[in-house]
Amino acid sequence: MNDASAMDAAALPALKSDQLFVNLGPQHPSTHGVLRIGLTINGEVIVKAVPDIGYLHRGTEKLAELRNYHHCVVLTDRWDYVSAMPNNLVFCLAAEKLMGVKATPRADALRVIMCELNRVASHLLFFGTYGIDLGAYTPFLYAFREREMILDLFEMLCGARLTYNYIRLGGVMVDVSPEWLKRATEFVEYFKPRLDEYDTLLTYNPIFMARTRGVGIVTAEEAVDWALSGPNLRGSGVDHDVRTADPYCGYEQYRFEVPLGKTGSCWDRYFCRVQEMRQSIRIIEQAIAGLPSGPFMAPGVAKIPKPAPGEAYAHVEGSRGDLGIYLASDGGISPFRMHVHAPSFINLAMLQEKLVGMKVSDVIALLGSIDIVLGEVDR
Amino acid sequence: MILEKLPGLTKGLPGGELLLTTSDYFIDLGRKQSLWPMTFGLACCAIEMMASYASRLDFDRMGVIPRASPRQADVMIVAGTVCKKMAEPILEIYHQMPEPRFVISMGSCANCGGPYYDSYSVLKGVDRIVPVDVYIAGCPPRPEALQYAVVKLQEEIAKMSLKKGLATSQQEKGSRDINA
Repeated sequence: MNDASAMDAAALPALKSDQLFVNLGPQHPSTHGVLRIGLTINGEVIVKAVPDIGYLHRGTEKLAELRNYHHCVVLTDRWDYVSAMPNNLVFCLAAEKLMGVKATPRADALRVIMCELNRVASHLLFFGTYGIDLGAYTPFLYAFREREMILDLFEMLCGARLTYNYIRLGGVMVDVSPEWLKRATEFVEYFKPRLDEYDTLLTYNPIFMARTRGVGIVTAEEAVDWALSGPNLRGSGVDHDVRTADPYCGYEQYRFEVPLGKTGSCWDRYFCRVQEMRQSIRIIEQAIAGLPSGPFMAPGVAKIPKPAPGEAYAHVEGSRGDLGIYLASDGGISPFRMHVHAPSFINLAMLQEKLVGMKVSDVIALLGSIDIVLGEVDR
Repeated sequence: MILEKLPGLTKGLPGGELLLTTSDYFIDLGRKQSLWPMTFGLACCAIEMMASYASRLDFDRMGVIPRASPRQADVMIVAGTVCKKMAEPILEIYHQMPEPRFVISMGSCANCGGPYYDSYSVLKGVDRIVPVDVYIAGCPPRPEALQYAVVKLQEEIAKMSLKKGLATSQQEKGSRDINA
């Protein structure tokens, strides 16, 4: 034992501090919205963490009971506002099951293209903000450069940048123009080399790796126990993706891989998302190349649908995980009950257990790596 | 240089080392060119707010630099749905900001409830709890709309005077009836 550590040992009892309550949020810039975490800390170590949600509870599930089915699609845009297309899609899939309508092949392919584009946009936002959380501002500027291009594509398509209401019951809102397809192909070509640029910017950045590798490790057993989904589950090495496990919209015809992490640390979850962008681009390429002709809207969708009494459940692989919707109909013009199986909400639940024993500076690293959207957590 | 650009408002004294202007103009000039907003994203509009800080639109060129603490901020951009649970923290944060403080209500939700006009948990407009200077319509508004709102706020700030207690015209009127 050298002098320094002997001094530390002697000084330790004097330095022993009381437990301190730290309030993280609800307006903290790194909580990605209005999440509040009550942290009890002992020195640098977290003793207890209590996430407090509900600051963005807008009562969408209740409101759906007051709207008709077409209007409900508008509400779905605003759960996970970073990637609204999968939200539109999952509601439409459930409602189509209730109504007995099947989307046309062209509509299916368009839905796949839009969902994957939106996944790239969502992961780009994660990439940018996770960098900011860990003190790297520059990747944010690069990520938004590409994100704006995707938003331009969406704007050209349906006029909105964030809340699209593009996927409708029975199909999609409008068909794509040849000009749009050309620009989408151009974007795909432009985007591919950018992914390598991101790797040099952030992925293999030594400071970034030091902050995320081996931090917040979630083992495969824990991930399954907590019912995590999406990149949070796959980061722990569990091969489960709704697109391959329970294909919808013709995902079985596209060739793509499901990227998996090894250790389940923050870096693995991050890297899964970066890899997923590559796979999404692959799917978009295939879908654009094999875009079937035909109508973009299935016939026989009523202006105000009144599905027969019954229940339906549909789930898709949203940008954050397994996004599901349960719809019950009593034969009226509005759903009798709508319930959202929100991946963000379920993924967030692991904070309470996982944060205990971690250092204060790692809280944001873990929180950012889960990639929550509070609109979806609170609904 | 200033004399050439602003002949109507400033006047050089003989010798050219001093110039004469009103204190109102001088204070407002500094104040409106460095509006520091608090990063206060509530919902969807926050993503558009981030987009306006980002590479394409670059808010920095207007002197708008986001601050994470209310104590360093001049303007609060209420970007998103204000739920009843969130109303209390908003009020607290508003009072933590140093005066003069401004509020931009961004998006339909913050203006009047927007798509959640009939929701049980949403506050129908942030102007029920804090006085709002500029409203932006849209769901969500484009980043350009937010930048235009800042320009409008700068115009409002240019009208402020010491005599009137440095309040913007909107603040003088006060907010709408809170109990409505």
